[in-house]
Amino acid sequence: MIKDLFDVKRWEAFLKVLPTEYIPGFIMTLKVALAGLLLALVLGVIFGILSTMKIKICQFLSRAYVEFFQNTPLVVQVFFYYNCLPFVIGGRVPKFWLGVIGVGIYHGAYIAEVIRTGIEAVPKGQFDAAYSQGFGYLQTMWYIILPQTMKMILPPLTNQALNLVKNTSVLAMVAGMDLMYHADSWGGDRNFFVQAYLPCALLYFAICFPLARLARYLEIRSKQIPSAKKAKGVA
Amino acid sequence: MGQILITIFTKDNFLFMMQGLALTIFIAVCSIVLSLILGTVMAMLRHFCTGKLAFLSWLASAYIEFFRCTPNVLWILWIRFTMNGDPLIKAIFAITLFTTAVMAEIVRGGLNGIPKGQFEGAASQGFSFWQTMFYIVLPQTYKSIIPAMLSQVITVIKDTSFLKAVDIAEFMRNCSIVMAPLRTPAEIITLYAFIALTYFVICFALSCTVRFYQKKILIK
Repeated sequence: MIKDLFDVKRWEAFLKVLPTEYIPGFIMTLKVALAGLLLALVLGVIFGILSTMKIKICQFLSRAYVEFFQNTPLVVQVFFYYNCLPFVIGGRVPKFWLGVIGVGIYHGAYIAEVIRTGIEAVPKGQFDAAYSQGFGYLQTMWYIILPQTMKMILPPLTNQALNLVKNTSVLAMVAGMDLMYHADSWGGDRNFFVQAYLPCALLYFAICFPLARLARYLEIRSKQIPSAKKAKGVA
Repeated sequence: MGQILITIFTKDNFLFMMQGLALTIFIAVCSIVLSLILGTVMAMLRHFCTGKLAFLSWLASAYIEFFRCTPNVLWILWIRFTMNGDPLIKAIFAITLFTTAVMAEIVRGGLNGIPKGQFEGAASQGFSFWQTMFYIVLPQTYKSIIPAMLSQVITVIKDTSFLKAVDIAEFMRNCSIVMAPLRTPAEIITLYAFIALTYFVICFALSCTVRFYQKKILIK
């Protein structure tokens, strides 16, 4: 393996396929990750808020969604969409949508839990005070509760985004044309494993490491107690 | 419906799938135990190595960050090709590799929670560093990280399904083989329901245990 690492010919071969295989794969992974994150956030906010409502059926719906998708493997879910969605839509599922639906619904369950704990951490008095001022339910959520939860939920949300990027690689198992798939098919064909996988690992690392640092930074910041703002012009 | 169940769950098929489940659990248990040991070592390196040994702490951090920021599938695929030996051992090794990074972070979280007074108290009673670790610090650490550790067990059980990509005879792969000759949507969906339900029962039982422990800790 060490000998392979310094094989110049193989690295030249890698540089040749970099624009044709790796860059499109990388863009595909980014697109799937971004769209998946958007779907996950939407589902997470909806189900997170549902689970804090007083209505039993909403709570049950949200619990069922969270527990089911958190406790079954992503691989099973993605293969299910891969094999069963064609019966519904009557044709092949585009790989992009397969990835988006797969990671989006899976991480939506995790984000719903994050948002639920965030909302539950806000003292109940805040709701009461908001209602007493004539705020409706959605207004209370939007103007008062959610802004307060932001500080607490941002670090775990960033971690979820990191895991989501990592999990888009599951697309490789259904020939999803993402970065992992291109690296695996190119390297596997020629036995250039170091040259295929090392750049692939570094490209994923390039997306995920900043997210990891961001999560660390937000976590430290969320633990600090904000100091009182000094008004300008007041002695 | 009855007809569908009879065609899918013949005695042979069912036994084949259950063999897969047994292997899934075996791989998960092996990787968890190994990664807990290695993760503890990593966490201790990262937490306690200062001064001249600071480079060890740096190395452990680098390992943890690198493996936390690269996909699991990548390591499973990479190790399949570049190592020699039994595929099962390679699979366990790959899973251990990235689970160790997560475990190290969990153990480190536990170590951070141990008050400094515990170390000082132990030192005042003449305990050496290793004695302090084994008799005083680690037992408390492990007790406090039980919920996080069990959540990681769930993750590892789910992650074993990635091994389908390298054709290890685990649950998901065996079920896919059973699925191959099925044609009608009803049959395929029934089998998927069975797969999902099996994973769900195992993982949900574990996640209920996690919540039970979390409540127990809160009450204390």
